[in-house]
Amino acid sequence: MIKHKKNFKLKHYINYIGIGFVTILFSILSLTGNASISLQFLLEKIAISIILAVSLGLVVGFLGELSLGHAGFMCIGAYIGGKVSAMLEASLGCGISNLLISLIVGGIAAGICGVIIGLPALRLRGDYLAIVTLAFGEIVKTIFINTSAESFGGATGLSTPRYNREFLFIYAFIIVLIMLFIVQNLIRSKHGRAITAIRDSEIASRATGINVTRYKLLVFALSAFFAGIAGVLFSFSNYRVQCTKFDYNYSIEILVMVVLGGMGNITGGIISSSLITLLQVKLATLLSGNLAVLQNVLYALILVLIVIYNNAPRLKGFREKYSIKVLFNKIFKKKADPATVRDDEAKWDRVPTKINVDDLLSMDLVVTESVAKPDKGGEHNE
Amino acid sequence: MNNNVSLPVLETKNLGVSFGGLKACSEVDITINKKEIYGLIGPNGAGKTTIFNLITGIYAPTTGEIYLCGEKINKLSQETICHKGVARTFQNIRLFNNMTVIRNVMVGLHNRKEFKCSFIESALRFPRQFKVEKAMREKAKEILRIFGLEEERNNLACNLPYGMQRKLEIARALATEPKLLLLDEPAAGMNPNETMELVETIKKIRDMFDITILLIEHDLKFVSGLCDRVTVLNFGKVLSTGTVSEVLNDPSVIEAYIGKDDE
Repeated sequence: MIKHKKNFKLKHYINYIGIGFVTILFSILSLTGNASISLQFLLEKIAISIILAVSLGLVVGFLGELSLGHAGFMCIGAYIGGKVSAMLEASLGCGISNLLISLIVGGIAAGICGVIIGLPALRLRGDYLAIVTLAFGEIVKTIFINTSAESFGGATGLSTPRYNREFLFIYAFIIVLIMLFIVQNLIRSKHGRAITAIRDSEIASRATGINVTRYKLLVFALSAFFAGIAGVLFSFSNYRVQCTKFDYNYSIEILVMVVLGGMGNITGGIISSSLITLLQVKLATLLSGNLAVLQNVLYALILVLIVIYNNAPRLKGFREKYSIKVLFNKIFKKKADPATVRDDEAKWDRVPTKINVDDLLSMDLVVTESVAKPDKGGEHNE
Repeated sequence: MNNNVSLPVLETKNLGVSFGGLKACSEVDITINKKEIYGLIGPNGAGKTTIFNLITGIYAPTTGEIYLCGEKINKLSQETICHKGVARTFQNIRLFNNMTVIRNVMVGLHNRKEFKCSFIESALRFPRQFKVEKAMREKAKEILRIFGLEEERNNLACNLPYGMQRKLEIARALATEPKLLLLDEPAAGMNPNETMELVETIKKIRDMFDITILLIEHDLKFVSGLCDRVTVLNFGKVLSTGTVSEVLNDPSVIEAYIGKDDE
């Protein structure tokens, strides 16, 4: 019992431990001057991807709605946050206070847009919501392209202040930790339970008194808020915001990270977003020049292979033998969590019936006895 | 609101709904008193589930009014009607399948005043969050114990056998602290033993929680063993109302169920 509790807790804290370890390790490397600029850039990218994947995972994995406009929210955050930061640069310089203010403003701007778009859109379901959010992303992009050069830079983009690369990724990872804290606590609370209930059955959750519209809106806004923050970080990481980056493909890419990590699985989302970003950046540096065309081909090929490995029914036996989870369990001799076991076959002997087999057998004995002694049998019959 | 004991818990007046040209039900007058177990019976397609959907706010009635303890609840949303004290189960079971049994019940406890905990308190992990969560868990266990589901609490809801899923749905509905509990075919798919046990359980929860129960059922044995009064519906209209034996001897009811004697 105690051991089970311990495992349970480790499961809850593994994300913090993992991210915290990476943060500390690379902070030390960076502060002692051992991290190259390309490594710092890679880490920033990974942190941004994690924020995006976890925040979209809230909507897709936990709420069960398909949103394809995540890059749109990111775009709003990037432009508003970048602009605020550029405006504050004269008075505050490129310090942490400027960074914090611009992050919060960018996040809130995206969050407000999340509420505005969510109010009408969340009345729609499934495919329709996906179409509306897709259109929203394109609208945002088009609006920022058509701004004047003085306001948001128009087609040439908006240049943002240059923060110190040595610190930027550390801030990004601290934000990842804060976000994980908020998201994980929320999911494990009664509100998170209500959100997953909406995913499982909207009709039943309404009948149980859960305010479905309010929760959908809250999750949508929270997800947009974090996407906005990721956008601000993105603008600082690239020194420049260009809206052509926040297109439909980027939204799909975030969705791919969520789906590969597993719906409703935060740890999976973190791992898959880190790996996909790593893959992209590595492919971009390895294959340059004439080989650049191969980047997308290889990227797509690897994605297809991962999806097949994860989902093909024929590979089930192979997966059970060699998956990371099984190896991990073998090493630590951990039994599978009964809550996650979904196999109906395993439960065949646990189907309770009102007819107790032992009683039936003993009844037979009583009957033979009563045949031998008719008087007692008469009593039994009464 | 409970001061008015004399007021009926549920009262429908001239209740009706039509979808396009089709009148799903019309002129339905039902009055259910406190602590009564009331049955709604009738052939398939008679409009029984439609009435449930009207009471719980899934459909808006085209004519008539619905009163819960004297309060008009027609145009309210499903959530608000649930907060006012109407809980229901579904004909085709609708559980939160990917959640454990205890979590299903805890969702039912969500809106209770004693388990209030704001969004921010939860997200930032205030001490209240832990207190509420622990109290909810205990309360949910208590409810599960009544239905004999305590042992199953860490299993996924979809892995439960059918009879237990039915019970769990009732447990979840009860967790919302209803005044009126609507059960849509609670005994469907149960064996005779389970049905008899369900009769006892329903009587027990009526007395324990002081609630009124309205149920739909086809099994007349079940209805006669349980219900104080019944209403028979046919083609969306009330055919007869009264105690079970009164209703079953009503010639119009016999006609609806068995058919007319041709002479």
